[in-house]
Amino acid sequence: MDYFIFGAVAAYFLSSAGYMLFLAKQKEKYCNAGFILNLAGFVFLSVVLVLSFAESGHVPVSNMRETLVLAAWAISGVFITFQTVLRLKVLGAFAVPMCLVITTVAANLPSTQASETAIFKSGWLLFHVLAIFAGDAALVLAFGIGLLYLLQENAIKSKSHGFFYKRLPPLETLDHAGYVCLKAGFSLLTLGLIVGFIYARAVWGRFISWDPKEVWSFITWLVYAALLHQRYVAGWRGKRAAIMSVIGFFLLVFTFLGVNFLFPGHHGVFTK
Amino acid sequence: MIDETEKKDIILVGLNHTTAPVELRERLAFTHDETIAALDSFRDKPEVCEAMLFSTCNRVEILMTAKDPEAAKQMAKQFISEFKGVAESKFENALYVYINSDAVRHVFRVAASLDSLMVGEPQILGQIKDAFRLAADRKIAGVILNKLLHKTFFISKRVRTETGIGDHAVSISYAAVELAKKIFGELTGISALLIGAGEMAELAIEHLRRNRIQKIYVANRTFERGVALADRFNGEAVKFEEIGDTLISADIIISSTDARDYVLKRKDVKTALKARKHKPLFFIDIAVPRDIDLEINRLSNAYVYDIDDLQNVIEENLTERRNEALKGERIIDEAVIKFRKWRETLDVVPTIKALRTRIETIVEGELEKTLSSTLKNISEADSAAMRRMVDAMVNKILHEPTMLLKENSYHKARPQYLDFTKKLFNLDDVEEDN
Repeated sequence: MDYFIFGAVAAYFLSSAGYMLFLAKQKEKYCNAGFILNLAGFVFLSVVLVLSFAESGHVPVSNMRETLVLAAWAISGVFITFQTVLRLKVLGAFAVPMCLVITTVAANLPSTQASETAIFKSGWLLFHVLAIFAGDAALVLAFGIGLLYLLQENAIKSKSHGFFYKRLPPLETLDHAGYVCLKAGFSLLTLGLIVGFIYARAVWGRFISWDPKEVWSFITWLVYAALLHQRYVAGWRGKRAAIMSVIGFFLLVFTFLGVNFLFPGHHGVFTK
Repeated sequence: MIDETEKKDIILVGLNHTTAPVELRERLAFTHDETIAALDSFRDKPEVCEAMLFSTCNRVEILMTAKDPEAAKQMAKQFISEFKGVAESKFENALYVYINSDAVRHVFRVAASLDSLMVGEPQILGQIKDAFRLAADRKIAGVILNKLLHKTFFISKRVRTETGIGDHAVSISYAAVELAKKIFGELTGISALLIGAGEMAELAIEHLRRNRIQKIYVANRTFERGVALADRFNGEAVKFEEIGDTLISADIIISSTDARDYVLKRKDVKTALKARKHKPLFFIDIAVPRDIDLEINRLSNAYVYDIDDLQNVIEENLTERRNEALKGERIIDEAVIKFRKWRETLDVVPTIKALRTRIETIVEGELEKTLSSTLKNISEADSAAMRRMVDAMVNKILHEPTMLLKENSYHKARPQYLDFTKKLFNLDDVEEDN
């Protein structure tokens, strides 16, 4: 299984290089190479996930290593979908290096097996985990797009047209792409949370147990809900939306990782 | 022996915006009809074999092939002086003269717009094409100019597609449209508002229209004037007092009035932004003194560029083009070498020399072998007679092919003949030794 993780690291490394070259040189061939290599990385991680699943018989989120692999796999996969649909290729220079870093960290973590408990044995869990991870991945992309937007906005506003001005897409294109990611991410997150409540009811007999992860997830969800609402009603777009998606991202990372380290709770097992 | 004057040189005599001031250039420029008259008179000059004349507002150049470049140069100078009635001493110092590879390089650079005042400007290639067509129609462009100019068209296209010398706007109105695209992306659903009037502003509107923007509003202090302008652009005239409300639906505002004071202030735009749910607004202020309060640029989703900002963008773009031009020079260097190689294959002299060397080497080798073995006992006089006979045979054998290769009536097919001769006798190795 290690071979496949290393294969994914290599593929993401080369793919990152391809997308970086594309950003610098603006030649289509680099972006195409980046796309194929990212696809290869995605396939490698898929194999890793399937093997873990076959070995343990449950969703592979029983330790930090598996969790990170799943996160990288989700970002990689969502980006593939995203590039096919929205064609915002420069984003690869952000998304793929992200996958590279996460997969590299994962490859260096031990694969300790969590104690076998009943909570892993449920179809709901698979659904809950996939929806949350895919939603988070889309929100990560929204964050990347937000960063690109801020770079481009600054170039146009300050009238100093440097490296990025020429290479980044127009503001409205970025804004629209960010909005699409936000909507997709938020919908998936909502779905994942609902399934999580149902799942909690099935396992622990109650919808919510005020576990810190649940609380922070709800806070994150509220922030994104507010952002989308404001955009729809008051036209929060452009720079403000970009900044909000950056803030949302840090909250997301905290909910995803930070909570597990700082607070005890039943989600803790996933990052042991 | 072989006639050395067979060989023709390419020679270019000219002046351009860097060597001659505009007063001189306009006195020496050739109109279409004058160019034709000039070409006709070149045809009668014994000094030139082929010629074309190329004249724009930035340059006058005469490209020729000639047996004696010095004579051709004198002829060209004298011709310009007589035709234009300007003493040679008046323009002599502004002239440059390029011969062979230098002339080829110069033609390539001019056509690729690397020698232009505005590097990368696209008109020059078309102008050269027209000039060449004139020369070709009047049958004064032959094999060499034909090949050179076709190579030129090819190379200048290559430079244009493989480098960015044509990218990035270098005029105010284009720069404004390019910026608008960086903000809005496609301009198809976008509306523009023209405040005031003026050449530059109207040009910008024209460019926007070519990018198929959805709607154009025109506001003018004199409403009649606004209505007239709006008609021209297929737009809608609005009253000057309605500008604030129009900002709700217009996305690009081009302002060019002669007002002393700001036409748009921060609070107007702030209200409008709220009403349009913060959809971006792009202000292009071409007026001096300025129409748009620069404070507006501080508002989120509002962008203001005044004439100086646009000028800076153009300056940056020009620097960019000059950098790209360096890549173009490399492509041209390569092409110049290739062209020289092609011209070398056209040279009759080296081929005939090589052919003779090839035959003489074979014959003398065999003769020496025989004289030093089988016939080693014959007298000095006999062996001398033997040598003379062999020399005469070589001359007789080579006479017809040499005449054929030198024959002028075959000059169009000459490259093929030369190529074939080289292959028949495998002359490429022989030439290396020469």
